[in-house]
Amino acid sequence: MKIHHTNASGWLGNSGKISHPFWVIVQKEVADYVRSWRFVILVALIVLTCAGSMYTALTNFSKAIKPNDPEGTFFFLKLFTITDGTLPSFFVFISFLGPLLGISMGFDAINSEQNRGTLSRVMSQPIHRDYLINAKFVAALTVISVLFFALGFLIIGLGLITIGIPPTAEEFLRMIFFLALSIVYVAFWLNLSILFSVKFRQAATSALAGISVWLFFSVFYNLIINLIAKAFSPSPMATEYQVIGYQKMLLNLMRISPSQLFSEGTTTLLMPSVRSLGPLTMEQVQGAIPSPLPLGQSLLLVWPQVTGLLAGTIVCFALSYVAFMRKEIRSR
Amino acid sequence: MIELVDLTKKYGSFTAVDQLNLTINKGEIFGLLGPNGAGKSTTILMMLGLTDPTSGTVSVCGIDSTANPIEVKRKVGYLPEDVGFYDDRTALENLLYTARLNRIPEKEAREKAQQLLVRVGLPDVINKKAGKFSRGMRQRLGLADVLIKNPEVIILDEPTSGIDPKGVREFLDLIARLRDEQGLTVLFSSHNLHQVQEVCDRVGIFVNGRLKAEGDIPSLSKKLFTDSLYVIEAGVELNGLSGASGETQWLANILNPIEGISSVSRKNGVFRIECSRNLSAEIARAIVHSGASLISLNKKEFGLDEIYYRYFEGGEKS
Repeated sequence: MKIHHTNASGWLGNSGKISHPFWVIVQKEVADYVRSWRFVILVALIVLTCAGSMYTALTNFSKAIKPNDPEGTFFFLKLFTITDGTLPSFFVFISFLGPLLGISMGFDAINSEQNRGTLSRVMSQPIHRDYLINAKFVAALTVISVLFFALGFLIIGLGLITIGIPPTAEEFLRMIFFLALSIVYVAFWLNLSILFSVKFRQAATSALAGISVWLFFSVFYNLIINLIAKAFSPSPMATEYQVIGYQKMLLNLMRISPSQLFSEGTTTLLMPSVRSLGPLTMEQVQGAIPSPLPLGQSLLLVWPQVTGLLAGTIVCFALSYVAFMRKEIRSR
Repeated sequence: MIELVDLTKKYGSFTAVDQLNLTINKGEIFGLLGPNGAGKSTTILMMLGLTDPTSGTVSVCGIDSTANPIEVKRKVGYLPEDVGFYDDRTALENLLYTARLNRIPEKEAREKAQQLLVRVGLPDVINKKAGKFSRGMRQRLGLADVLIKNPEVIILDEPTSGIDPKGVREFLDLIARLRDEQGLTVLFSSHNLHQVQEVCDRVGIFVNGRLKAEGDIPSLSKKLFTDSLYVIEAGVELNGLSGASGETQWLANILNPIEGISSVSRKNGVFRIECSRNLSAEIARAIVHSGASLISLNKKEFGLDEIYYRYFEGGEKS
């Protein structure tokens, strides 16, 4: 029997050198993501919303620039933040759709392999067990990073063409940090859903679990905070310190939600005039020059938020790692 | 090639594998026979280092599976029960993925994969997506997937379940040929005795986590039926001779002088006599001498099914 000699199939590559099994898995996973319909759909969704927000931002650009604006020198960053109210701005879209992207990429990472019967087959190859879960994480993160940076640079490019003024080095750096923060934010949701995919055997269950956590934080959590705020609201007679304490408590409660951390981080990075994320007293503001903060100071301001998000990401990953290592690999 | 010493695996208070001792030699096909839930798969997982034993040691090709699973997995090909493939990849791509995980150079892997697909009888579907494969095709692709890493030992866990009889025959023939041509050591786990008997050199009967017996089929049956290897069924017209003690007792008395009879019973009007040798002639003579009429005499040998059920019955009782 004659066998047709097939040419190298794309997803396996055709380089002559032998790659490390870990990168073999990463490569395969990346190919899987890029080929999958759900990724295509989500990317289409994100690209469309971004195009929409870009359009509103560009059409309202001239109105957004006011004389004597402390952020006047940073109008390139306004591309990401301005809106006329019809469509949310770019970073709001990211904070809303990012979790969905993360969840959709991770919710069936492990359990689908188990249900397809491929897990025990792959595990019986001479690789360490953690290669699989690490490779899945690395692959998803790679795809997300490439996607976000591509999107970010496209927006910068589009802005350049339409506005005609190049961004300053600081603006550029702020955008890079914004994109990096978005990736960390999506990585958090990715790891949460990978954790669910290890824990729940049915992909549908783990997807639902991920989405419910997301819905809880994006809808119900604010409602709960409002209830707490009403219950604890200080009397009109309360001292200044009591009011500040109350405000701080509310803010700290809000900060349990990853989306709050993300939006605080992005506002500080994209709006250099933001100088504090908590309440400020009149004494603190007195004598302050209404000028934007330098990048270093903005970064210092968001550092706790970034570490919080990173810690959440790492905790989720560690939990799923441990759960996966302890899991017994049975066929189906 | 494979050596299990006092291997025990417990899940909480449930003992899946209990003090298992087993040695499998190079180049033999060993059948691990047992009902579902007997602990076959757990034993296999321990051999591959996918599960740690509670106590005892496993060594495959002289390597400790618990301490060094990677080295073991390099030499052992494992075909899990109802193996799965990446559905949106072609058969060839699935094989190449395995080859790459085993660090086989691309060109060599490609040639080998195509050879193997021909070998397992799937030459026409090389570029067909694995998701469209039938169960039998998937199992055959699984065998190719196992062989692509040039293993010294292959472990097949219920490889024939869900395949039609013709497919089973081809699959078993293929395994036997592989052993003959490449000197592979094969561990074949199954609950189907006939298939095991067809290809296996030695069989281990495994019930409730214990190895009840091991050896080739003739020696197994000898071991089990030391005193009742034959069953003779006799139809007897008693002519009113039985007396007060009952018919069975009467016949037992008559047959008493004959050595080698282990039990006498009566079922559906036919006497059933279990004995260690073929005593048909002696039994016939004794019955005729007693004055009763011998209507029929039927000698039955214990088949594989009896061996099998007898072991499993024993397993369930204990």
